[in-house]
Amino acid sequence: MLRYALKRLISLVISLAVASVVIFAVIEVAPGDPASFMLGVNAQEDTLAALRAELGLDVSKLQRYFNWVGGMMVGDFGTSYTYRTPVSQMIADRLWVSLPLALYALTLSTAIAFPVGIYAAARRGKPGDLTVMGATQLGIAVPNFWFAMMLVLIFAINLRWFNAGGFAGWDKGLWAGLHSLTLPAIALAWPQAAILARVMRSSLLDILGEDFMRTARAKGLSRRQALWRHGVRNALIPVLTIIGLQFSFLLAGSIIIEQVFYLPGLGRLVFQAISARDLIVVESVVMLLVFAVITVNFLVDLAYAAVDPRLRSRT
Amino acid sequence: MTKQTFRSFASVLAVSASLFGTQVFAKSDITIALQLEPPHLDPTSAAAQAIDSVVYTNIFEGLTRFMGDGSVVPGLAESWEISEDGKVYTFKLHDGVTFHDGSTMDAEDVKFSLDRARSEDSANAQKALFAGIENIEVVDPLTVKVTLSEPNGNFLFNLAWGDAVIVAPESIEGIKTNPVGTGAFTFGEWVQGDSITLNRNPDYWGNQPELETATFKFISDPTAAFAAMMAEDIDVFDNFPAPENLPQFEADPRFQVLVGSTEGETILSTNNKMPPFDDIQVRQALAHAIDRQAIIDGAMFGYGTPIGTHFAPHNPAYVDLTGNSAYDPKKAAKMLADAGYAEGFETTLHLPPPSYARRGGEIVAAQLAEVGITANIINVEWAQWLESVFKGKDFGLTIVSHTEPMDIGIYARPDYYFQYDSTDFQALMDTLNSTTDPEERTRLMGEAQRLISSDFVNGYLFQLAKLGVAKAGVQGLWENAPTAAIDLTQISWSE
Repeated sequence: MLRYALKRLISLVISLAVASVVIFAVIEVAPGDPASFMLGVNAQEDTLAALRAELGLDVSKLQRYFNWVGGMMVGDFGTSYTYRTPVSQMIADRLWVSLPLALYALTLSTAIAFPVGIYAAARRGKPGDLTVMGATQLGIAVPNFWFAMMLVLIFAINLRWFNAGGFAGWDKGLWAGLHSLTLPAIALAWPQAAILARVMRSSLLDILGEDFMRTARAKGLSRRQALWRHGVRNALIPVLTIIGLQFSFLLAGSIIIEQVFYLPGLGRLVFQAISARDLIVVESVVMLLVFAVITVNFLVDLAYAAVDPRLRSRT
Repeated sequence: MTKQTFRSFASVLAVSASLFGTQVFAKSDITIALQLEPPHLDPTSAAAQAIDSVVYTNIFEGLTRFMGDGSVVPGLAESWEISEDGKVYTFKLHDGVTFHDGSTMDAEDVKFSLDRARSEDSANAQKALFAGIENIEVVDPLTVKVTLSEPNGNFLFNLAWGDAVIVAPESIEGIKTNPVGTGAFTFGEWVQGDSITLNRNPDYWGNQPELETATFKFISDPTAAFAAMMAEDIDVFDNFPAPENLPQFEADPRFQVLVGSTEGETILSTNNKMPPFDDIQVRQALAHAIDRQAIIDGAMFGYGTPIGTHFAPHNPAYVDLTGNSAYDPKKAAKMLADAGYAEGFETTLHLPPPSYARRGGEIVAAQLAEVGITANIINVEWAQWLESVFKGKDFGLTIVSHTEPMDIGIYARPDYYFQYDSTDFQALMDTLNSTTDPEERTRLMGEAQRLISSDFVNGYLFQLAKLGVAKAGVQGLWENAPTAAIDLTQISWSE
């Protein structure tokens, strides 16, 4: 187990190193000088040079790469070109929106998907199942930003139950914060729930055909008892994998939803930073997301190995 | 609070709401949406208009200031005298002005601010505004004498820019995140990515504004902007990004729509040094190939004023020269043939992100195709535009709105990106700059407009409209935008 973990850890470090090079190269190669973006069309050359020096853009790219990576190792993500505040501070602020939003959406999608998936599996082929399958198909097909706009139209503009966007801030209380995250969370959760419900259903159906389910029925459990006591628990393994993947997706992929609801989250930060050529922010946030995804994968790998000893020798 | 008391409290509230529902407590707070968030709050070291929108005249003030109609009036300078030769300006400052940190604003601060803006390591995006200053002298705490190397008829106008506001040396360190000015509002809080709050400054030297607090929110997505307005989450949208939705607001009694003008001359910028655009016949053909009204209707939903030169139509000195380049595709095709391009030619059309460019560009390309010019559209981000078009001058055509006020002077800079090099025009600008007589200035400005129009330097499309949406009860909003600003001191709620 230790050997396996060590191997995984080495591959994690290599992945991170490669990712950092790729991120830096891709972002730096794109044209556009941050200083001239900030100072606009009337800026004079000496003003631009002064600003470039101030931002530390006047040293070689190689040196800037090592400054950046070196800084991150000790938790210093640099200073934003445009905002002039430490990037780590900005990321921390934005995480307070993005992370709860992702968790909220994940909770919602799980809460919807589990019962729906189980319900559909238990009624395989019957009208209830067909309805669920149709509805989830729709859920996957409908783009979440469109769904988000519909939610705003109904619940914010017509019913006035929610604000059309924005974030109240946690200092206004847990309820105010959750309230302003509700519509975005639903919009994010909807397609995820649809996917998850389908996975739950098919996974359960696979399990229902297994020998141990027949044994459970043979020892006198009812269909329902067998389903709950032995089926659901075993069907969860693939479902958990999907949830893990969805979480990283929700964290990194809510850019559009954050735009639609003008939430001050990570996605919007990246979006703004890209258009402002705030390279250091883009690089650091992307790197952080890569780090999060790779780490989640690493933990999932470890969890698999813990659950299924066969995996340890295979790699 | 127990359930019982809560219930009675709530019913009291309900009763009082129904009793006083019609009674008027003039609201004293306002929520204003902007499309872009300012990168920081120092107007003297960045070009971002969003900075001025938040801080101009609210937090920071200059010696002079713009009013909503574009006029320049005294700001922190109570009055001034101009010497005979037009070179020496003696400003008398308002007495009793303090910065938000309590320190006194005096002549030393004025000297510091102007020196900082024109210094060698200045980060001022409009450093050229201060280029003519030779010397700044503190006469006494309330008198400053500014000496120019040459007379400059624009000097008081230049000092009204957000880039020329007065700052204090004591608070300059933190100006980007904690701006300390002399204005009627103090900086409250900035939740980055979400909002900025300003509070009324009880120690303000001028008239107390009616608003107590103002919150700026940042909503870039046009659909979200529409939703936020319709849901009444915000009171004012400064420059509404979705003109297609304006009729809906106009028809709704809850809202008012303010259609005004900006300082943005939207032009089809042409690379005057790149063949075939170095040929005036080709540029003239280009001008006649463009149907301005079709672009305004198609790209801006009818909002915008056609222009025939690089000058704002609301300016008294404006000359309507649209007839000079009237839409005439037949004439355009003939002129192209005369210039040796009977078969047309191929060029690039670089389009930055705003919809005037992206939507307008599609229409322009189609109109050019009518006369045989193939304009290959290249969509670029602003940073790329600055790099390749503005700095690299690697373009044939581009569409951009020049939003600086009174910026016809850019035509006197041969290295400016469209590379118009006319000694006549440069001489004209020199004369204009050294002329202080208003009538003579108007005449010269007219001449300048005619010159660039008859040289067909660029395709002149339209003056960008300012499209504001607000709740019906909001008063005192600027209809026009002589500079990017939301002057909170003038805003109030009607009863």
